[in-house]
Amino acid sequence: MHDLAPMTALGASEPRTDTIGPIRITEAPDWALASVAARLGQEATCQTALRKLLGTPAPGVAAQASGPVLSAFWIGPHIWMFEAPYATHPDLAQQVKAACADTASVTDQTGAWVRFELTGRDLPRLMERLCNLDMGAMQAGHARRSVIEHLGCYVIRHEDSITLYGPRSSAQTLHHALITAARSVF
Amino acid sequence: MRLKAGGQIDRDTKLSFRFDGKHYKGHPGDTLASALLANGVRLMGRSFKYHRPRGVLTAGSDEPNALVELRSGGRQEPNTRATVVELFDGLHAAPQNAWPSLRFDALAINDKLSNFLTAGFYYKTFMWPAAFWEKLYEPIIRRAAGLGSITTQPDPDPYDKGFLHCDLLIIGAGPSGLMAALTAGRAGARVILADEDFRMGGRLNAESYAISEMAGSDWAAQIVAELVSLPNVRLMPRTTVFGAFDHGIYGAVERVSDHLPVPQTGKPRQTLWRIYTRRTLLCAGALERPIAFANNDRPGIMTASALRAYVNRWAVSPAETVAVFTNNDDGHRTAADLIAKGVKVAALIDTRPDAPKAAGTELLAGAQVIDTSGRLGLTGVTVKLANGQTRKLACGALGVSGGWNPNVSLTCHQRGRPAWEERIAAFVPAGDLPQGMIVAGAAGGQFSTHATLAGGAEKAAQALTDLGITATKPDLPQAEDAPTRITPFWHVKSDKRAWLDFQNDVTVKDVKLAHQEGFRSVEHLKRYTTLGMATDQGKTSNMGGLAIMAELTGQSIAQTGTTMFRPPYTPVAMGVLAGRSTGQDFRPTRLTPSHHWAKEQGAVFVEVGMWLRAQWFPRKGETTWRESVDREVSATRASVGVCDVTTLGKIDVQGTDAAEFLNRSYCNAFAKLPVGRVRYGLMLREDGIAFDDGTAARLAEDHFVVTTTTANAVPVYRHMEFARQCLWPDMDVQLISTTEAWAQYAIAGPNARKLLQKIVDPAFDISNDAFPFMACAEITVCNGCPARLFRISFSGELAYELAVPTRYGDALIRRIMAEGAEFDVTPYGTEALGVMRIEKGHAAGNELNGQTTALNLGMGRMVSEKKDSIGAVLSRREGLSTADALKLVGFRPKNPQSRIPAGAHLLEKGAKMIVANDLGYVTSACYSPTLESYIAIGFLKNGQARMGETLRAASPLTGEDVEIEIVSAHFVDPEGDRLRA
Amino acid sequence: MIINHPLLGPCDAQEFTYKGDARLIDRPDGMAEGSGPAFYDYAYLRDNPAGEHRELWFHEQGDRSWLVVTRNTVTHDIISVELARDVARSMGRSR
Repeated sequence: MHDLAPMTALGASEPRTDTIGPIRITEAPDWALASVAARLGQEATCQTALRKLLGTPAPGVAAQASGPVLSAFWIGPHIWMFEAPYATHPDLAQQVKAACADTASVTDQTGAWVRFELTGRDLPRLMERLCNLDMGAMQAGHARRSVIEHLGCYVIRHEDSITLYGPRSSAQTLHHALITAARSVF
Repeated sequence: MRLKAGGQIDRDTKLSFRFDGKHYKGHPGDTLASALLANGVRLMGRSFKYHRPRGVLTAGSDEPNALVELRSGGRQEPNTRATVVELFDGLHAAPQNAWPSLRFDALAINDKLSNFLTAGFYYKTFMWPAAFWEKLYEPIIRRAAGLGSITTQPDPDPYDKGFLHCDLLIIGAGPSGLMAALTAGRAGARVILADEDFRMGGRLNAESYAISEMAGSDWAAQIVAELVSLPNVRLMPRTTVFGAFDHGIYGAVERVSDHLPVPQTGKPRQTLWRIYTRRTLLCAGALERPIAFANNDRPGIMTASALRAYVNRWAVSPAETVAVFTNNDDGHRTAADLIAKGVKVAALIDTRPDAPKAAGTELLAGAQVIDTSGRLGLTGVTVKLANGQTRKLACGALGVSGGWNPNVSLTCHQRGRPAWEERIAAFVPAGDLPQGMIVAGAAGGQFSTHATLAGGAEKAAQALTDLGITATKPDLPQAEDAPTRITPFWHVKSDKRAWLDFQNDVTVKDVKLAHQEGFRSVEHLKRYTTLGMATDQGKTSNMGGLAIMAELTGQSIAQTGTTMFRPPYTPVAMGVLAGRSTGQDFRPTRLTPSHHWAKEQGAVFVEVGMWLRAQWFPRKGETTWRESVDREVSATRASVGVCDVTTLGKIDVQGTDAAEFLNRSYCNAFAKLPVGRVRYGLMLREDGIAFDDGTAARLAEDHFVVTTTTANAVPVYRHMEFARQCLWPDMDVQLISTTEAWAQYAIAGPNARKLLQKIVDPAFDISNDAFPFMACAEITVCNGCPARLFRISFSGELAYELAVPTRYGDALIRRIMAEGAEFDVTPYGTEALGVMRIEKGHAAGNELNGQTTALNLGMGRMVSEKKDSIGAVLSRREGLSTADALKLVGFRPKNPQSRIPAGAHLLEKGAKMIVANDLGYVTSACYSPTLESYIAIGFLKNGQARMGETLRAASPLTGEDVEIEIVSAHFVDPEGDRLRA
Repeated sequence: MIINHPLLGPCDAQEFTYKGDARLIDRPDGMAEGSGPAFYDYAYLRDNPAGEHRELWFHEQGDRSWLVVTRNTVTHDIISVELARDVARSMGRSR
């Protein structure tokens, strides 16, 4: 194992948690990410390989799907983002590439994003101050990219929580926006 | 004065406030206007042009007169309508546009000069001499005119923004809005009910009549209570929907904390909402219009409905004795309400000879108010009776009713034009409404309470049916259903001034003048007289103005038409439009992986786009930036330096056609680049101008990593996606940005390899033979950390760029510094980076400036003729490839210590500094510690042929004029021995 | 404005970047004999209709699809929205 110590996107060794009113905002650095884009003409075989890897069909447009170990969400036509716990899958991109072989182009995206978990009640009231997605209508299992504080972010709706991915270099800006908006509501 | 009983105010609680330096008391539920009237204050402001004393005209947001400066310091807010300011304890407001005081205003002299200050006066009076305009006329006019003053201090309060979605947006919570919300709310639709008032109910709060044997305001409160209990209904009081935009999007401002002395900690003062709607019901009600007559602007003269509202809602009468002047039945209702509350009504003056009977006061049918008296407040009116005689009436207030205008503003925001409806003598919304909008109630010309209640329910049900939601209409409560009876009457004929637009001081005379001078279309009338151009957009004045123009031209009002209403419906503060994006938060900040480390080192940072990059790293004892930068350059060239280059854009290009795709995207050849090698690439725009440059590293047959300049990371990605999806849709190529996924450091200098060998795991041979210039590889560092290594050089030294996953970027820079201590490794910032690239003659943003071609950049031969690439054809255009085309060259000053100003233009010795003598320009300049001389690069006509010649670099901006020698742009190591070492 | 994305449904126009006339899909062949005038036309000559206009929009803050949006420039009505890749293929563009 190499001896470089990781730093979180917010610039610390430990992830940060903030609780404001009923809402908890947690930085979640322990996720590995890899994008998977089906090669031209290989869409069907790629999806077969992804289903095997994921344990469930690759999610459709604007959807998220969880398998036993991995999960994935749709980010564009025939493009998905795969997620896995970093501790067990630091080489997620290689694993996905091995599974898809020449049916897909795979790119490590772990370092590109900061991930926040939002939990608590009234999450839509927080989100309505941040992005134009209709959280009231967004069901669990939906995943959309939208603009938050001028930044392109992925918003994934779960039953009781929301996962938010934003560009890692702007983690502080995004965190500040989340905190400010939360204080504005609660 | 406050009446003994009644009103929707909390009499048990007293609020202190201050106006014009005096202290007063009011109650919760009061507006500033109602509280002032309760304290006997009728004079609240001075008019814009003539500085005439003014009081309230209305009881709502259409108020043109009672404008005050609210609060002080950074919170000072000019042009606030006293009629909508919710009273809070400690409120203080100041009158505006009056000096030295509200009661004695020196510029009231303008009133005496009114014959000279008619419409269009400044177009005529100040025409000449032209030189006087800026120095004399404009300052005088600026001082005399205008409304409140703005604070120069920053606003201390936060503002917020947000996005809302609904099936049905209901604008206005009067009887129709409440019925609509009830209908849609019970049907389960997602409903937003927004109202500008702090108390929902609209006119129900201002009227005395009953709904189902309840007071109207109580009925409204009961409905609001039910709506609150419905989770699918969002009630938004204190929220003004100010604009109807494309495709069902509305803008609204919620005044979250305006009714508090200061916002609660963390809470916004106001919130700007963008509301996405499927359907919108406009229930904005109607606005009463005044009648113009001589001296109709004295404090105490107001619309009849305002008088009624003050009495009913706030239990306030502006005076003990009042009179009413009307052309319709609604004025009778005002008289009746006042009498019922014990206010003495001197007379009910009705312009209609056949006016219905009135009880409790004298009815003067067929009579007109021909003049008024009272300098700082109304003392009496002069009435011309039906028989031609005149009569004076003593009164401290006059309620005027000229009929009601449906509030059509929002229906016009998408270029809709209302239509004239004779029945109510007013414009009503026509068919050309904004997408998804339906109009109900008084806004649609239905004025009786019964009609508004029924209309609200019916139109809401109709909207829901459109959306496939079934709604059951609630039972309609009992309510009055009087017909509208009006005989249009716009102005009393007079030689004296009769006001139409109170805020901009436009009178009937001004309209006549406009007509006389040919400004007859309503749009010309508006601009010539400024009618309706004040902050109230002429809500109370437009109709009167165009009715008079119709009279003068002999056209009907329908033919005359209306001017356009535009957003915002009422003024919107700049602060709320900015929302959270102020100061540091104006735009996102991007931090590099080494940011925290660099901060610890005391680095000076510079904004590069959104990135914060270390500009230089000052050391103890260094007093100027140049000392630091010179040291960083020299240390790098002498031993080794390190620089965070993460900000360069990185795009992962994969697919079986990846090589061919790059071959077409770059003007130079890429198809045959071997795996494990990097190549410089120049991208052109389709018009042949250079777009961006960078490197492409081939990691596998079907896998490249492309870099872009920091500034163009986003545009280049967009451009490549365009090429992939639109130009060559069947190429097998996939793109994704990886800029942020990797922390990347340039390690440059003669000792770069030795330093790297201490970091790169021993399994990887990075000797010059195994890993030559322009090699690349996927490797591991620090005992197994995955990494990418590129042997590329921007500095001209033996150099590498090393990338690791972003989370290890901080640890890596610390490791590089620790392992490099024996070589005295020196961190360098963007300034040293810039100096070294100028010394090496590398083009950057200053050279790729959107005007230059490959030929200009000295890379003309790179544009391959053997393939089709973007921009290749047009780059060969005749005009871009002339013999004397600009060429990138270097400049050295004759005196090494003479600075060459960047941006300077090149001239022959002795040539005049005129465009005809221009030979080119300097793009980048610096001091070169390596050459111990100032140097520069730039573009010179036919530059390659002029090596060794002496020219001048002259800057008319800085006044510098320097003799320079034309040299190669490659100042340092032109043969490239160092970078291949 | 709301752009009804063929895959994602209604999206706010603020998520998009505008490029211009959808004719930009129809890029001439750079290797064809005398392609200069064709490129001049392609790069510089555009219609600017008051009315229906086919335009290219990029869903930059969304799924990164290029779209062909047919829009009335006078009323802002959006008549149709297609994936530009499909449009390009239907115009005969391939590799």
